[in-house]
Amino acid sequence: MEFFEPVLNGFGVVLEPTNLLYCLLGVVIGMLIGVLPGLGPAATIAILLPLTYGIEPVTAIIMLSGIFYGAQYGGTITSVLLRLPGEASSVVTVFDGYALTKQGRAGTALGVAAIGSFVGGTVAIIGLTFLAPLVAGFALDFGPPEYTALALLGILLVATVSNGGRLKSLIAAAIGLLLATVGRDGFTGESRFTLGSLSLADGLDFVPIAMGIFGLGEILYNLEERHNKVQAPAKVANVWPSRKDLKQASGAIGRGSVLGFFLGILPGGGATLSSLAAYAMEKKRAKDPSRFGRGAIEGVAGPETANNAAATSSFIPLLTLGIPANATMAIIFGALLIQGVTPGPQLVQNDPELFWGVVNSMYIGNILLLIMSIPLVGIFVRILRVRPAILAPVTVLITLIGVYTINNSVFDIWLVIFFGIIGYLMKKFGFEPGPLVLAFVLGALLEESLRRSLLLFGGDATQFAGRPITAVLLFVFIVVIILPFIQKALKQRTTRNSTVTNDHKESV
Amino acid sequence: MTSSPDASRRATGGSHPLHPEPTHQAPDHGHHLVDDLTPEDLAAQWEQEKPPAAGPGANIASAIVVTAIGIAGTIGSLGLGLGSPADPEPGLWPFLISVLLIVLGIALALFGRNVLDAEKFSRSSLQVAAGLGSLVVFTLLIGRIGFEIPALLLNVIWLRFLGKETWRMTALLSVGITTAFYLLFVLALNVPIPHLF
Repeated sequence: MEFFEPVLNGFGVVLEPTNLLYCLLGVVIGMLIGVLPGLGPAATIAILLPLTYGIEPVTAIIMLSGIFYGAQYGGTITSVLLRLPGEASSVVTVFDGYALTKQGRAGTALGVAAIGSFVGGTVAIIGLTFLAPLVAGFALDFGPPEYTALALLGILLVATVSNGGRLKSLIAAAIGLLLATVGRDGFTGESRFTLGSLSLADGLDFVPIAMGIFGLGEILYNLEERHNKVQAPAKVANVWPSRKDLKQASGAIGRGSVLGFFLGILPGGGATLSSLAAYAMEKKRAKDPSRFGRGAIEGVAGPETANNAAATSSFIPLLTLGIPANATMAIIFGALLIQGVTPGPQLVQNDPELFWGVVNSMYIGNILLLIMSIPLVGIFVRILRVRPAILAPVTVLITLIGVYTINNSVFDIWLVIFFGIIGYLMKKFGFEPGPLVLAFVLGALLEESLRRSLLLFGGDATQFAGRPITAVLLFVFIVVIILPFIQKALKQRTTRNSTVTNDHKESV
Repeated sequence: MTSSPDASRRATGGSHPLHPEPTHQAPDHGHHLVDDLTPEDLAAQWEQEKPPAAGPGANIASAIVVTAIGIAGTIGSLGLGLGSPADPEPGLWPFLISVLLIVLGIALALFGRNVLDAEKFSRSSLQVAAGLGSLVVFTLLIGRIGFEIPALLLNVIWLRFLGKETWRMTALLSVGITTAFYLLFVLALNVPIPHLF
């Protein structure tokens, strides 16, 4: 019972009217931005960071996480109805979801996706409830060497798995680490790279960087790639899936929940990757894989369940280790730091109200989202008719005015514009902004742990290998680095063999 | 993790014949074209709709910028002092990252040159420049004359010139949005943004 007491107290936190309200606000915003192509959850959360200054930490995080998992629900709608994925994590849903729409079964696809998302989300919250305290307990003994290895591995994995090219993502991460060193050195108090500017003496602020690179950068980029082709969506009639559909989808929902949960925990995993993995798994398992792409309900249920489960479970590394597993988590990490909360193994014990409040708010959020996705789905479908051209100036104004309100400073607006240009150029030149922001957030922690470890070891770096957990993490780190080279070598060999047999693999 | 390359392969490699699909210009109402596209065709179509890729030049330019940042960082950190592993000084960590940046920059120039993940700048990039210009004007003005007039201007530029809305819609919306912001930020939330009225 001792275990459940803080868990139950967490429900008390969630049920406070303010928290309920912000939970609702978060999931509605999440659902909206999920439906509207353009801004993703990371950009939206970044833009709304100023809003969190005036509210309690637990309330702020409840809202921000609601945006994140709410977007997973909303992204489905455009994928299914318009063949336009609202979010990266709903791309694979397009294949079978839109095929179902063409057969006049859009409602079935949306309904199954909503139920799958709900099940996946709920399973993941339950998993989180039991797994997170275990991980945190295990991590309590972690010293600086373990943290050094963990942060290094986390950054590397995010850079490796992200959408952009591996080399460019690593560069983005390294620049993030370098930006994190600007300002006062934590050990000696010496100023670094401040160029004599007083505004930089305390280092670069996380908020203008996140708002600029993610928020404004994406808005500017969208200005060029206007999503003009929004057609009037097909009418959605019945979103209640039949019992037969549900029965057919239930296996995929079960597998998607488990797969998504575990992939979400991995750094660099998260919603997008797990939706791809779930689709691949369903197709491989199916007796008749040719049904996929022609309206197989499992092809909607699997990925949509998995992306939601992963969105939820990706909170585990953040809340228990203090290591964000993806770009969105990096922004939530930043939001927690702003609030004076340092996520890490102590969080569960020291701040149980925050921890369990946020975790339990997800139950409520998922119920709200289920309601919005089934009975109220028509409203969100109608929102699709709002032209992106109208939303763009609104988001820009929210960004600029929002950043001003943090310190009442016009200088901060300039900073956001500056980082907005950087973010836009990064996208143009094929650099993912995610690894940069993640590395920036982890930079201070990484440097501090590294320097503490070196002091601990008396400067002998080989002693990293002497600590079992550190050694394992660093071993994985090295494997991740050399793996692509091995894969490349293998691929070259198979291509050479296959050219003889004129295999179609060549076109890969 | 193994499934990611698998899925992207499915997304990009099309063994099916490729229909050069005309972009459907369905009228506002009614159904859009019912077309039979397999996932492979769809992926190919998305691939086509993507903006044109920039050539190796863009990657080499990126590599030069990255290497330059690395060199600047190296010089800066040497100035801060490296110390020894046993007694690291403030420059050691930035030095390591800067050296890594130089290595990665050179690697990008040598091996990543021909990867087509950079986008060409086009005519529509001018829209971004115009949008950016409006932000600069907004920021210059907000401290002096409050946010209402700059916000109205920004709305007009983004709606009429960047968004191709009609003048009627532009007028209605820009006044509406600015008023909504005034009501929300100034009257309801009492946020201290500079305002005229």
